[in-house]
Amino acid sequence: MKIANLFLIALKALRRNKLRALLTMLGIIIGVASVIAMVAIGQGSKKSIQDQLSSMGSNMITIRPNSNVTAGARLDISSVQTLTLSDVDALKKESKYLNAISPAVSSKGQAINGALNWPTSMQGVSVDYLKIRDWPLKDGIAFRESDVHTANKVCLVGQTVVDNIFPYGANPIGQIIRFNKIPFRIIGVLQSKGENAFGQDQDDIIIAPFSTVQKRITNSIYLQNIYASTIDESHTEAATGEIEQIMRTAHRLKAKDEDDFSVRTQAELINTFSSTSQLLTVLLTAISGISLLIGGIGIMNIMYVSVTERTKEIGLRMSIGANGRDILLQFLVEAILISLTGGLIGILLGILASELIQFFLQWPTLISESSVILSFLVCAITGIFFGYYPALKASKLDPIEALHYE
Amino acid sequence: MITGENKKEIAMGKKILEIQDLKREFTMGAETVRALKGVSFDVIEGEFITIMGSSGSGKTTMLNILGCLDKPSEGNYILDGVNIKSLSKNELAALRNTKIGFIFQSYNLLARTSAIENVELPLLYNSKISAKERRERAVNALEAVKLADRLDHFPNQLSGGQQQRVAIARALVNDPVMILADEATGNLDTRTSYEIMALIQELNTQGKTIIFVTHEPDIAAFSSRTVTLRDGRVTKDFNNQNIKSAKQMLADFRVDEDYKYENS
Repeated sequence: MKIANLFLIALKALRRNKLRALLTMLGIIIGVASVIAMVAIGQGSKKSIQDQLSSMGSNMITIRPNSNVTAGARLDISSVQTLTLSDVDALKKESKYLNAISPAVSSKGQAINGALNWPTSMQGVSVDYLKIRDWPLKDGIAFRESDVHTANKVCLVGQTVVDNIFPYGANPIGQIIRFNKIPFRIIGVLQSKGENAFGQDQDDIIIAPFSTVQKRITNSIYLQNIYASTIDESHTEAATGEIEQIMRTAHRLKAKDEDDFSVRTQAELINTFSSTSQLLTVLLTAISGISLLIGGIGIMNIMYVSVTERTKEIGLRMSIGANGRDILLQFLVEAILISLTGGLIGILLGILASELIQFFLQWPTLISESSVILSFLVCAITGIFFGYYPALKASKLDPIEALHYE
Repeated sequence: MITGENKKEIAMGKKILEIQDLKREFTMGAETVRALKGVSFDVIEGEFITIMGSSGSGKTTMLNILGCLDKPSEGNYILDGVNIKSLSKNELAALRNTKIGFIFQSYNLLARTSAIENVELPLLYNSKISAKERRERAVNALEAVKLADRLDHFPNQLSGGQQQRVAIARALVNDPVMILADEATGNLDTRTSYEIMALIQELNTQGKTIIFVTHEPDIAAFSSRTVTLRDGRVTKDFNNQNIKSAKQMLADFRVDEDYKYENS
């Protein structure tokens, strides 16, 4: 039989029972629409977490001191002091992948402007830091290499600090504030970054040359962190390996020694957080998948009923020349048409639902192409799988018995 | 209708069906039912045969075999030169599609499907026919049964007689070598039966071979030959000398005869 005729026959048969076809479709429509919407919610929340983490600089690498064993006792991380400026120099000299490196020392303290004060922290870094963090200035200028050399008492302030010690819209640029009794001149204001993925306020900070902070405040040669960045995200893994090599050499670690530092990339952090929302996506999809399965069983059920009810029609078709294969294909195509049409409507409804969820509930949603393609494929497979057995039953009918079926 | 002239023609005509010692047995549990016990007859192109017989005579089994819906246990059935014994299920289906036109007692039209679509149905299973040709042939067939003005009517918008005429158009549309009617007037009143028989006689005069399976002796009077089955064997096979014209009977059929008929 011609394919065109096959579709014509199936379409005509469906047209004779519009309401039933529509009701059968409903199971698939709801199943697909919920899969699309649920995946969109899951993917959306994953994307928003990723975006937040990326705002910290997606190609950023953090080197931190690691707990090592001293005289048999494992020390607390905060008391571990293994990173020094010579590590920064070694990295600068030997690394191929890193395009920016900055030491970091920090100190908590009270920022004071006249009668106003605010508890905050000061981060001592190099000029590369803003580049690594991908952090522009809102106003003023950044400090320069010469400021670092001379341990100049200049600083950049975050928006939260500005809001708290310059509350009346006064211009902070050029003003002198005191941090832990040391006067600093404000030369720039940082662009607001908002909260990070951990809920910390990233704008509650003062940034100054690391040399100044080491000499005037912490009075220590050790560093809390070393920040670095690669040209782009794809190099972070190679860079990690390279850093470990350089650092081990710089720290003169033997082959059997544990690292006394740790290297973490932003990508790892993103993965950790994404896995939570990945779990959410999987759960939501599984639940929706069950409803799709129920829709498929609905198709199978209706097709069985349909075959029984249309036994006489099948007998007639056979007597005027349809063979078993023609009948099988007719019912199979009917089932597939129902499931695919239902799938298409479901996809449109799913997209609409995710847009509405985003609009009214302000939940981030992201419609992934793969979920659309996948649910369409699942529909086609559902149609074939659940349509096959009823169709096979129809094709196996004896034309004489079918013709005389009442 | 057979006149002295065309009788000769038929006698010399080509054999459409050859039935040789046909036997059909059914196994029902431990019992074997012999529905046909050796039936033989030939059908010449252009004949109008009634196959008569009461229930249990093997009439229905005969019909199923003639219609290529069933195969004989023994013996040969040669339809238009093809012995169906050697054919597979699919080949039988193809044969039904191109060589046989069925007319059923209960019309068997597809519900909620227009007359023209019902008539087109057999052609949908024939891949050699284009959509355009399908439509043309269906229109022609409906014209032949005088339903050209009912193309888009659904079966439930048609009378019983009209529905049976749609079914006849469906049987004609594939230009079969024979039309096989199973009690085709069984569901119709006398007057409408005459209408249908007149139509079938007309098709026969145009050269169509017709095999009409019935248990009503009245119907046999319209055919050129009657084959009577009893207990799975042919008991009578004779040419009808005095063929009634259904058209004439319809013309003589007065309206009050409906009433008389009902009470007789």
